[in-house]
Amino acid sequence: MDMKRSYYEDLRLFDTLPLSLWLGVAVLALAAAPAVFGNYPLYVIGYIAINVIVALGLNVLVGYTGQISLGHAGFFAIGAYAVTMLANAGLPILPALLLAGLIAAAFGFLLGLPALRLEGPYLAVVTLGFGLTVETIFAKAAFFGGATGPAVPAFDLVLVPGFSREQNLYLLIVATAGLSLLAVRNLMHTRVGRAFVAIRDSDIAASCAGVDLTYYKTLAFAVSAFFTGLGGGLFAFHLGQVDPTTFNLMLSILFLAMVVIGGVGSILGSVLGAVVISLLNLKLKGLKMADFEQLPLIGHELAGFLGRNFMETGMANIQFIVYGTILVLIMLFEPLGLYGIWIRTKRYWRTWPF
Amino acid sequence: MSALLEIDQIGISFGGVKALLGVSLAVARGEVVALIGPNGAGKTTVFNCISGLYHPQQGRIVVDGREIQGLRPHRVAQLGIARTFQNIELFKHMSTVDNLLLGRHLHMRSGVLAGMALLGPYLPAAREELRHRTRVEEIIDFLDLQAVRGERVGNLPYGTQKVVELGRALAMEPRVLLLDEPAAGMNLEEKQDLRIWIQDIVALFGVAILLIEHDMQFVGDLAQRVVALNYGECIAAGTPAEVRAHPEVLKAYLGAEAVA
Repeated sequence: MDMKRSYYEDLRLFDTLPLSLWLGVAVLALAAAPAVFGNYPLYVIGYIAINVIVALGLNVLVGYTGQISLGHAGFFAIGAYAVTMLANAGLPILPALLLAGLIAAAFGFLLGLPALRLEGPYLAVVTLGFGLTVETIFAKAAFFGGATGPAVPAFDLVLVPGFSREQNLYLLIVATAGLSLLAVRNLMHTRVGRAFVAIRDSDIAASCAGVDLTYYKTLAFAVSAFFTGLGGGLFAFHLGQVDPTTFNLMLSILFLAMVVIGGVGSILGSVLGAVVISLLNLKLKGLKMADFEQLPLIGHELAGFLGRNFMETGMANIQFIVYGTILVLIMLFEPLGLYGIWIRTKRYWRTWPF
Repeated sequence: MSALLEIDQIGISFGGVKALLGVSLAVARGEVVALIGPNGAGKTTVFNCISGLYHPQQGRIVVDGREIQGLRPHRVAQLGIARTFQNIELFKHMSTVDNLLLGRHLHMRSGVLAGMALLGPYLPAAREELRHRTRVEEIIDFLDLQAVRGERVGNLPYGTQKVVELGRALAMEPRVLLLDEPAAGMNLEEKQDLRIWIQDIVALFGVAILLIEHDMQFVGDLAQRVVALNYGECIAAGTPAEVRAHPEVLKAYLGAEAVA
């Protein structure tokens, strides 16, 4: 039950036996996936895992430190471009990835500086400006390959001999996501993570207890940007190309939606939010008129309505309408997001059948 | 006995409002000094000047021979000055234990990388956590907070939140403790507990305590000396009995007609 026998139990990774079992199952399943699935499922899982990394990073900033960012697509882009150009310059993939994360972190540190004086909507506008600037610079500057972006070198890292390129890439992405999960979770249980949360809840009390606001606010930006840059670096290989138009404001909003829908200030929430939004994104992106026709009962009417009022070929960007709706509903009914639903379910089953 | 905390003629004004006009006071190790005065007299402003939230435009604040006016709050905290707040400033989404552990922030070292690498009980960050956790549990025992150890402090009753805030300040192992209306909103029993704790804190740790409080009974029981402020000026100083009977103090609280 809830009896604890030593202080270490509060720090322990898996506080209950069922949780350790389920996590073990999840790790085994993810590790076995390349042997079972073809390339497309691996691609989907990889896409989800990249978003998990970014959502974790963004949650450090938004959920735990209480700072807003509408410019995380900028860090994502910096990671993607940095890894591409470093790898093109001949650096092996792993060091290039790590360095790309660190470069993004350096920019995170810089963006953190205005955050020292700005809050809420003002900070939102500054980070928004950052994201748009990064996007524009990458898209226009010849040095970064202009509108087509730089060519991404082939992914040549071999983690398991005999595995295909896609399988190796999958393993790298999922392993990085697992390590990021562990790192962020641990960070939040120790001194630095506590300082982040303290700043969110009461920056005055935090500073009077000895937390250097300058250092920890910029640090939160840097840590957040590091993981986002790491995700961006993996994304470059995952997609096999770097297209500057991908890293737009909608992407920043999408990342933010993962954090909010999953659960602000929760590790599990970051994962859940990333999984749900990634799947929705993949499913909804390619919707055609024919897909609407197939819906039972209302399908024909709906398709006719959409055809008359929207685009003839289907509904471009319908996923954004869905996110918008989900965001509004989540804010109204479950401000803690999917994590809140999970907590309530757990509580229900703990006392079941009473 | 030389004072541990010495405030010398500090003055601060906000725009045209002169909040403090040359306030002086001193607190020695093991001494409890109370700061009283009507609402708006500048008591909390004195605290904010000491803890570095405000920077006084005149005068000096000296802690153990070192001038601290103009330092930023976390630097002041490093010099061993802890405080509580009039309108509770707890980390309300954290548990009691985590609030107190944050109070240990200055005594801990582990940074980002060590924190991320926390895997087993033998790594440095985990060992440090456990060591400081032990200290925190001692304070939890001392302040009788065992029952709410893992509770989110935002859900705790007001009086208990005040005690948690005291605990967080104590976890910093301060040399000077600034308590801003610690007994406000507490019932009689809670006030008695608080009085005994404060007396114990002074006796056990030799802390210098500066206390803002309106309850004169409470002040009289605890403080060796009392300083009264009104409109940013010291109007009286002395033992609790002397200050309570001082004509200026009576005038400030009750009005000139009542005294005459």
